[in-house]
Amino acid sequence: MSEILQQVAIVLGVLIGVITIAAGLIYVERRLLSLWQDRYGPNRVGPFGLLQVVADMVKIFFKEDWIPPFADKPVFIIAPAIIMIAVLMSFAVVPFAPGIWVADLNIGLLWFLGMSSLAVYSSVLGGWASNSKYALLGGMRGSVQMLGYEVFMGLSVMGVVLQTGSFRLIDIVDAQQDLWYCVPQFFGMLVFAVAAAAESKRLPFDLPEAEAELIGGYHVEYSGMKFGMFFVGEYLGVTLLSAMMVVLFFGGWHGPLLPPIVWFLLKTFGLIAFMILVRGSLPRPRYDQLTAFGWKVMLPLALANLAVTGAVVLLTQKP
Amino acid sequence: MREILNSFRTLWLVFLHAFRKRETILYPDVKPRLAPRWRGRIILSRDPDGQERCVACYLCSAACPVACIALQATEGPDGRRYPKFFRINFSRCIFCGLCEEACPTYAIQLTPDFEMGEYVRQNLVYEKEDLLIAGPGKYPGYNFYRRSGLAIAGKDKGQADCERAPEDVWSVMP
Repeated sequence: MSEILQQVAIVLGVLIGVITIAAGLIYVERRLLSLWQDRYGPNRVGPFGLLQVVADMVKIFFKEDWIPPFADKPVFIIAPAIIMIAVLMSFAVVPFAPGIWVADLNIGLLWFLGMSSLAVYSSVLGGWASNSKYALLGGMRGSVQMLGYEVFMGLSVMGVVLQTGSFRLIDIVDAQQDLWYCVPQFFGMLVFAVAAAAESKRLPFDLPEAEAELIGGYHVEYSGMKFGMFFVGEYLGVTLLSAMMVVLFFGGWHGPLLPPIVWFLLKTFGLIAFMILVRGSLPRPRYDQLTAFGWKVMLPLALANLAVTGAVVLLTQKP
Repeated sequence: MREILNSFRTLWLVFLHAFRKRETILYPDVKPRLAPRWRGRIILSRDPDGQERCVACYLCSAACPVACIALQATEGPDGRRYPKFFRINFSRCIFCGLCEEACPTYAIQLTPDFEMGEYVRQNLVYEKEDLLIAGPGKYPGYNFYRRSGLAIAGKDKGQADCERAPEDVWSVMP
């Protein structure tokens, strides 16, 4: 009985913790961006501007949730929910600390890759259901970008799987006790970072949204809570990406003095800060440059990484 | 390839910005530093002797590009001209400073003050009582009537600063 309660507590804790982090990212991203742009972020609302999250939440809740009459209603409503569902389901397999995980699948990594493929649907369906030209353009660009970058996302983590010998995320974390995988799998880490940034439509790969900043984009017709779902879904994607990189390449919860969960959170926040730095520095490539980069540079790099890792593992394995 | 490595250099340089001072001035906790010549709120100044400098010559009203100054001249018992009313509509004023350049007596001046927000639009029309200040403003020590040749109470012709006494034209005739 107490074991069930413990499991429920862990599930609720992970859910609430992850959503709190994603909501807090609204504030953290603006403060970090402003730190790197020589200005102050929100610092008026509450001490150090911390109540800005509350203010933004209240704003999103009270905005008029209008469904355009020319939109495809059921798909329009489902599209933002898909990204939240997909990303939150991916969090079910992430191991936070020894004993703290929601589900222990021995194909945990495949589950994560599958869920991120499902997340593609959110932008495509959102753009399609909005039934407006710029939304459609944004959705189509999103589909091409995410499809192209999905291909080598899976390939880039195969090097990690080869070195560990298992898809189970907990085995991967345990295998990094002596040496984190960012050293032998350096190129795999780079390719995975680029691929996952493109999957969560994060700068510099935010063309489906940049249409949002410039013209429309797949969430132009959305308002109120549905837009809030897209927004928080993107931040959840950033958190998930950082957490997966920590698990796969940066040693999970291993570290000298502090308790493991603290190490996990520290490393995740470090990677989140790095993603925000990338957002604040790099320019957005043109659409064809982006696709060419994905197919002509990243895919060969991922394949080469896989081939070399396979060769090294074969040569050094004990008979 | 060079672009990829250049991206890493960009990331490093932007990261270094974290250690620089921020450019934002945290108004209203910190007020910005304004020069004394900064064109802000308009005032009407007084002589060093305490009388108002404005002689209601209408030059500022004529120079104003948006016609926001309204005044009417009248003369006092001592012979000094002064404005019966002097009204500036600050919802029209563009703070260009042309009135200050046109004024012959240094009466109208622009000060480095910009905090003039109102909730009721009519309160932005400032009358003479709102514009007049107690001191000489930016140009201390200038008294127009001490310099000009006009005869007023207390100063006859020839008694101004740097003025010679008027010639008696009959005394230079052959």
